[in-house]
Amino acid sequence: MAVGKEIRTKIKSVKNTQKITRAMEMVAASKMRKAQDRMDAARPYAEKIRNVIGHLAHAHPEYKHPYLQEREVKKSVGFIIISSDRGLCGGLNANMFKATVRAMREWNDKGVRIDLCTIGTKSNAFFKRLGGNVIAQASHLGDTPQVADLIGVVKVMLDAYDAGQIDRLFLVYNEFVNTMTQRPHVEQLLPIHGVEDPQLKHHWDYLYEPDAKDVLDGLLMRYIESLVYQGVVENLSCEQAARMVAMKSASDNAGDLIGDLQLAYNKARQAAITQELSEIVAGAAAV
Amino acid sequence: MAMTMHVDIVSAEAEIFSGPAHMVFAPGVMGELGIMPRHAPLLTRLKPGEVRVRTPEGEEEFFYVSGGVLEIQPHSITILSDTAQRAKDLDEAAALEAKHHAEQKLQDQVSEFDYAQAQTELAEAMAQLQAIQKLRKKLGR
Repeated sequence: MAVGKEIRTKIKSVKNTQKITRAMEMVAASKMRKAQDRMDAARPYAEKIRNVIGHLAHAHPEYKHPYLQEREVKKSVGFIIISSDRGLCGGLNANMFKATVRAMREWNDKGVRIDLCTIGTKSNAFFKRLGGNVIAQASHLGDTPQVADLIGVVKVMLDAYDAGQIDRLFLVYNEFVNTMTQRPHVEQLLPIHGVEDPQLKHHWDYLYEPDAKDVLDGLLMRYIESLVYQGVVENLSCEQAARMVAMKSASDNAGDLIGDLQLAYNKARQAAITQELSEIVAGAAAV
Repeated sequence: MAMTMHVDIVSAEAEIFSGPAHMVFAPGVMGELGIMPRHAPLLTRLKPGEVRVRTPEGEEEFFYVSGGVLEIQPHSITILSDTAQRAKDLDEAAALEAKHHAEQKLQDQVSEFDYAQAQTELAEAMAQLQAIQKLRKKLGR
């Protein structure tokens, strides 16, 4: 029967799409779990290094590291922006870009130049179109990002800070609140503040080997790297969670669409049968 | 009971060891360190090498670190281990590569396949085609 051929093909195509979105939803769900484990695994390091730096802030070393000193913003600030490499994850990246642009505008209004470092292809494409000054870029970190992949980009920004080209450094990524909620988060990396540990009151200092500058340089660099790594891992969890939710709603919508189309198809079929019957009856009556 | 101190060995990607110990040996940049409880606060860089932890049960555990930072407080030791091989020139090379990436992406806009832009162009082209087809149908009949 030739009735509703278009509708039938349409239903079939929607069903195929639904199969894909459902598969993507399940893949994202399992990847999200793994990404969350990775996020938890990275936490002890960040905590420990934060403790050490908290101790340091109280230890009054003879050498004050530039990362720990507040300084006036003169001409430019730096942003490290972490996005996903792929799309199909709802408004995750778009929301983050919006938050970033808002933060950037504040500086722009003050006449401060902005240097960017993008991690992930999406942020690179976006800020390239926007005409941002991207000075370092990393992408394709995959599902298991490694600190080694980030050393380079972080160093570019730290070097710029050391050279006085930027006077503040910010990190932007999506904060993982829970599976349903991800929040864009803008955090100040440099100068470091807010790591005071109120428990230690008396004044003392570490013994440094070989010397304070050398040790502090290494330690603070690792601290910044660990924060960026934490951001990357967290953003990955967000990406998978957002994709899971987006694909779930896509599958649900496809289901609704199939229901509507099925109804239309059935109606058309019934109408065709009724028509045919009445034609036969009319034909029989005429004979 | 003999004194113990708390030892944490962590890397950026995972927690490696956490527990009490009698004594810890670590490869500092100035030489091998043997640390017992109530050591003076000390902060040092580590060379690639072996960290040995003597647990209260009298067993020794071995860990390899490829460098990192060691913090000693009187009753706790924290080893922040590196996961990657680190050296000044290696870091420099990585930084250069990151810069290079950024410059390359900015320059050759042709070879870099920009999905977002391609998609919008495709959508535009499809809309135009549809309009043309509709026009043709109208004129044809």
